[in-house]
Amino acid sequence: MKVAVCVKQIPDPAGELSLDPATHFLVREGKLILDDSDAYGVEIALQLAEAAGGGEVILVSMAPGGETSGLRTALAMGAAGAVLVSDDSLAGSDSLSTARVLAAAVERIEPDLVLAATESTDGYTGTTPVQMAELLGWPAVTFAKHVEVNGGTVKVNRQTEAGYDEVTCPLPAVVTVTAGVVEPRYPSFKGIMAARSKPVEELSLADLGLEASRVGAAGARQEIVSVEEAEQRSSGEVVRDEGDAHEKIVAYLEQIKVL
Amino acid sequence: MEKIWVLAEQKEGEPASSALEMLAAARRFASQVEAITYGPGAAGAAASLGEHGASRLYDAGELGDSLPGARLAAAIAALIEQKGAPDAIFLAQSYDGRDIAGRLSARLDRPVLTNIVGLSDEAGALLSEHAIFGGTKVLKARFTGEGPGIFVIRPKSFTAEPAGGQPAEVESVELPETGATDGAKVVGRHEEERTGPQLDEAEVVVSGGRGLGAAESYALVEELAKLLNGAAGASRAIVDAGWVPYANQVGQTGKTVKPTVYIACGISGATQHMVGMKGSKHIIAINKDESAPIFTIADLGVVGDVHAVLPKLIEAVKARK
Repeated sequence: MKVAVCVKQIPDPAGELSLDPATHFLVREGKLILDDSDAYGVEIALQLAEAAGGGEVILVSMAPGGETSGLRTALAMGAAGAVLVSDDSLAGSDSLSTARVLAAAVERIEPDLVLAATESTDGYTGTTPVQMAELLGWPAVTFAKHVEVNGGTVKVNRQTEAGYDEVTCPLPAVVTVTAGVVEPRYPSFKGIMAARSKPVEELSLADLGLEASRVGAAGARQEIVSVEEAEQRSSGEVVRDEGDAHEKIVAYLEQIKVL
Repeated sequence: MEKIWVLAEQKEGEPASSALEMLAAARRFASQVEAITYGPGAAGAAASLGEHGASRLYDAGELGDSLPGARLAAAIAALIEQKGAPDAIFLAQSYDGRDIAGRLSARLDRPVLTNIVGLSDEAGALLSEHAIFGGTKVLKARFTGEGPGIFVIRPKSFTAEPAGGQPAEVESVELPETGATDGAKVVGRHEEERTGPQLDEAEVVVSGGRGLGAAESYALVEELAKLLNGAAGASRAIVDAGWVPYANQVGQTGKTVKPTVYIACGISGATQHMVGMKGSKHIIAINKDESAPIFTIADLGVVGDVHAVLPKLIEAVKARK
């Protein structure tokens, strides 16, 4: 069984994020890291491959400048290799263009199953995997909290507002996984060493047979008009708990008539 | 703007509050607002959707065991063929709304704008507003090029308001065959029993974060929420850690809540969390670290250990009742 996992390499969310003043695009300078949200998909893929006995996990990513530092993290966890689409004309791609690029990469890999996070931490559009599924003509199951593969079928417990649905779906399919449903393994020292020599196939748009006019800022049919300061909320009273803070809270709740 | 379609989610004839919120927003920008719905009992929503401004209700009917994404996207695309495209299509940023929007986007070859928290009209173009960097900045965007804009709107961004309209005229729409894309089938449904209000509807939300130290301590958060007739929420950190399910998550990648009071317990206030709760009327925060960002937006901040404060607070609220 071959499982492809879509992973995004993003600027460290704990760092200072900024927008380019001219284009309003997120500044993606310096080292990019593996989006935390993607570690769950990688872990599930590795477990599925192990359960299938000798399956293979291939990463799919789109990033500027041949960036691989985030990919190396997932390779160190145990993925066998990666396909990276990197092309200057991809800057400013909207989620549909991104889906088009990822779908083309997936078609080359020919996996049985594609896993992705429900949304990325930086852009959090949350539609790319489903757009990709539609472009591929595949079924999709989103918001998975448990994933199992039996032969040619994937069985998913899909998060709902009130609980979960059990969903079955023939392969190939796209499945998006919610965070926290498995514990992603830490890369071992051996894994980190091995990751350095694992194959990362770097592809350009031309390699995928896609036109530059259909992706990136040129192909985006939406634009950022402005970025303004939001109305700020000010802080109120801050007290140190000396064993009586609960009384202050009760008094506050009474004052606002919640109690 | 002439016409906006609103994808109205419903349960047995009861529209989701997101549907009524989006109708209120749509009325501000278009002279004609129509709703699209699906599922058992959908036609029963005609009266309340009409009351909130939908003149017509396109009912795609029951989906059987299909997931809505592929089938509704196909139905909406077919509807556009028949009736002509509206200027905009509004969908909720919900489990199903996102799936339908993604599929529809690829089918129509139109991009989507998601996580919308506000809308404005500028020279006849609809601008979407997005909270970025933890809600410290507002980004405005718009669609360019031909075709309807697909707007995916976060629940709680608008206030539902009845417009006193007649019941919407119901028109059945075909569900075209969708082949392989409709391969996913629901074979079992599991609903967990909920005693209190829904997280995004609750007047009181008590949320827990990493400061709780261990999954077991989340019981304190749940107990306080229950005592205050509220709902229990969570930061992304403890959802990622597997302590509580994703459905409880408040924040950028979770739900937006706007309760009367939000009580943050052991939550430091990462930007990703604050964007989901800073619209609360009152905010109380309990955290050990006095430099935690949550204190910059709290009306009442308590620098202290949740394990010391919460049990006493629970007892005090019990005694007060």
